Amino acid sequence: MAETQQAAPAQTRQDYTSDQGVRWCPGCGDYAILAQAQKTFPTFGRKKEDFVFVSGIGCSSRFPYYMDTFGFHTIHGRATAIASGVKLANPDLSVWVVTGDGDGLSIGGNHTIHLLRRNMDINILLFNNRIYGLTKGQYSPTSELGKVTKSTPMGSLDRPFNPPALALGADATFVARTLDRETKHLQAMIERCYNHKGGTFLEIYQNCNIFNDGAFFQYTEKATKAQTVLWLENGQPMLFGAEKEKGIRMDGNIPEVIEIGDSWSVDDVLVHDESDFVLASALANFTSNDDFPEPIGVLYSVDAPSYDEMLLDQINTATEKMGRGNLESLLNAGDTWVVE
Amino acid sequence: MSKDFEQKESVVIRFAGDSGDGMQLTGTRFTETSAQFGNDLATLPDFPAEIRAPAGSLAGVSAFQLQFSSTDIHTPGDDPDVLIAMNPAALKVHLQDLPKGGYLIVNENAFTAKNLKFAGYEENPLENGSLESYSLYSIKMSEMVKHSCEGLDLSPKLVDRTKNFFALGVCFWMFDRSLEPTLKFLEKKFGKRPELVEANTKALNAGYNYGETAEIFTTRFKVDKANLPAGKYRNVTGNLATCIGLATAAEKSGIPLFYGGYPITPASDILHQLAVWRNFGIKTFQAEDEIAGITSAIGAAFAGSLAVTASSGPGIALKGEALGLAVIAELPLVIVNVQRGGPSTGLPTKTEQSDLFQAMYGRNGDAPLPVIAAQTPGDCFYAAYEAAMIAVKYMTPVILLTDGYLANGSEPWKIPDVDSLETFQPNYESSENSESFKAYERDEKTLGRPWAIPGTAGLEHRIGGLEKEDLTGNVSYDPVNHHTMTVMRAEKTARIVNEIPDTPVFGESSGDVLILSWGGTYGAAKSAAERLLADGQKVGHCHIRWINPLPKDLGEILIKFKEILIPEINYGQLIKIIRAEYLVDAKGLNLVRGRPYGAGEIVNAVKELVK
Repeated sequence: MAETQQAAPAQTRQDYTSDQGVRWCPGCGDYAILAQAQKTFPTFGRKKEDFVFVSGIGCSSRFPYYMDTFGFHTIHGRATAIASGVKLANPDLSVWVVTGDGDGLSIGGNHTIHLLRRNMDINILLFNNRIYGLTKGQYSPTSELGKVTKSTPMGSLDRPFNPPALALGADATFVARTLDRETKHLQAMIERCYNHKGGTFLEIYQNCNIFNDGAFFQYTEKATKAQTVLWLENGQPMLFGAEKEKGIRMDGNIPEVIEIGDSWSVDDVLVHDESDFVLASALANFTSNDDFPEPIGVLYSVDAPSYDEMLLDQINTATEKMGRGNLESLLNAGDTWVVE
Repeated sequence: MSKDFEQKESVVIRFAGDSGDGMQLTGTRFTETSAQFGNDLATLPDFPAEIRAPAGSLAGVSAFQLQFSSTDIHTPGDDPDVLIAMNPAALKVHLQDLPKGGYLIVNENAFTAKNLKFAGYEENPLENGSLESYSLYSIKMSEMVKHSCEGLDLSPKLVDRTKNFFALGVCFWMFDRSLEPTLKFLEKKFGKRPELVEANTKALNAGYNYGETAEIFTTRFKVDKANLPAGKYRNVTGNLATCIGLATAAEKSGIPLFYGGYPITPASDILHQLAVWRNFGIKTFQAEDEIAGITSAIGAAFAGSLAVTASSGPGIALKGEALGLAVIAELPLVIVNVQRGGPSTGLPTKTEQSDLFQAMYGRNGDAPLPVIAAQTPGDCFYAAYEAAMIAVKYMTPVILLTDGYLANGSEPWKIPDVDSLETFQPNYESSENSESFKAYERDEKTLGRPWAIPGTAGLEHRIGGLEKEDLTGNVSYDPVNHHTMTVMRAEKTARIVNEIPDTPVFGESSGDVLILSWGGTYGAAKSAAERLLADGQKVGHCHIRWINPLPKDLGEILIKFKEILIPEINYGQLIKIIRAEYLVDAKGLNLVRGRPYGAGEIVNAVKELVK
């Protein structure tokens, strides 16, 4: 998306803050995400009027109201499809979808996978809190099996989606994950999305302190996070633990956790390669898997032509071949005859 | 041997055969030839929903009817004068419509024991005398084409497929039509496979020569050129005319056209056609479903495109929520519903007018939007253009209703002078007004709001599906504001009435019966009125294109007649709107059979009313 970067006057966080009062519950993880976005967007050096935020329905979908950019708060699940229309109509825009686990993976799951499959040059920020917040606490398609909620008093019977695996299955060209409480990482991931040409899928673990408080605390709290989070960095060995004393190793094609020490050295540890689809799929399967740390960072990133640029190519090719369409010849096409 | 020519004012001919027999192509070729000859005409393709039902089965019968005439006609005709039946199943399905004495041409070779059984015939109708009351021409078409294609390097199967061109050749002879246009067509269509051009050409010639030399035909017919208004013509189907209308609207207004849609019968041709015109900068997007079809269009409208989606009833049902979004977001959008038989999957390939209520009311909340219905295949051009113009002028979604009959049917279409069409421009808000810009500040006349598109500096703003505050467009839950906005949306649609010209009434302007029609029923209603007037009845015919809002002068027209008859292909929809709106005791003609009315049916209904 960076190809249309143009010199713009220096922007500040204030430029991206709308005059609308923010109405999320106090303590909601959405505040942190909004703040990081408002801090990051001014650094892109892009004209503010080129940004469009599109959302569906849900707590996260209020996001566009608070960004002082063009915004469209639409209907449940359809933000990705509406954003596709925005992008195709004007490919010079930088189009962002803000969605949640219900909006983007349940009612709007179909549009999400199709956007990714097409590699439409749109950035999806999926706030995953593993619960329905706006409707006051029903389980979502990412809630864990057996979750007790208002609609599942005996525990949910749904096996949850694994969002990065789903995105990879849809042939996404960019799949990443971050956490609402890791501000710097969150900023870095937003920037990666901005710079990726093609569809991006960024899952953001976001705490709903009202209906699902602490869903991700094991990955965000000091006491546990060193042991539970695998920070992915391209070209770097996959180490984790307080002293980086653990790592991921491939036993054939089966990943395992190893302790660096007598039996294993850092050289045995798998090095992250963002362009490796098989590796990305293996990492995606670490999600909420007790045997592995939670993968955070860019799981997968490859370049591929985007739908919007290919559509423009077709228009240009057709225009070169046949010349710009002429209304008179369109009207007079086919077999015609004259009545005197 | 020379044969006598009998002069006819108009002829109705119906080609019927198996889905694989190429009846649609045959009908289309006869249509194109007659159009170029100068007849007025109207067509009715009628094909099954199954792509290939078992060969020879009743379910697999496909037909194409056309009326061609030396006078101005409005329908594909009621009953055929000539029926071409390519197999027993086609005969079984269509014979009931052929009046006694009518011409019946059959492919004798297809009347095999197997096909007869498949069609439910216990014995061969060609042999048991049951067809004695018709002028039967039983021709061994399959055998004929086998002989004419002898020596060509083609499989027997491919040779047999040319029999439709044999039948076409017979008809061209019978009605004294030139083979030239069809020979040109074959060259164009099969140019890359010369053996197919040759085989079909031979079959066509064989059919024509058969008429000339065989001793069986006693009469040929002449249908002179029609006295159509002077001008340049082409033959268009409704779907093609819709596409040309949309493309013309985009070109004239300078607003780029975006089409988002999902394939559905009978609307898919709109997607196919627009996809061809890439060199006009037209963007088509085959979405993952109907909802993404309309929502992508809404996104494109937000970004400044002339956005269009098209579908049929089931797809429009899926688009309902998004339509509400377009209403509250006040974005221009054209939604085409090519109506088909319902409910549910219903009759996918058959025509109906039963989505009027869906268009008028099929959304949650008070969500009014303008509804226009095209009246003939050619009128789809004007209706699509008008829908686009109103959408942009008033910043509103507009529903354009066509139907399967209009969409697939065709008529000679006088190519319009586009300079004479009313022009319109997008009211894109400019950066210069960014200081005073308010997203929901309205045009005094149309109540349309500014079109502030992404990419315009200083106009950054947010819209959405939550209720808007008057003027600012910010989210508002204020009760008084909600009422104000509800009234505003209704008023905006109502004001479109100022765009609707006076409603013409054909025939008497007061009297016994007014036939009030809408949509594709125009032709049958007009023809019925012509017949009734010729019969000395005091009737008028009034056709409405805009259904929301209704024309200003309609009430005045209605009260001048003792009775009002509303023929529509549904179980009573416009009639309820008219009764509610004008408190008149209108009567309905409601035959819901998946096919258009014959004019005679409307004539009879009027006669019943005045009895």
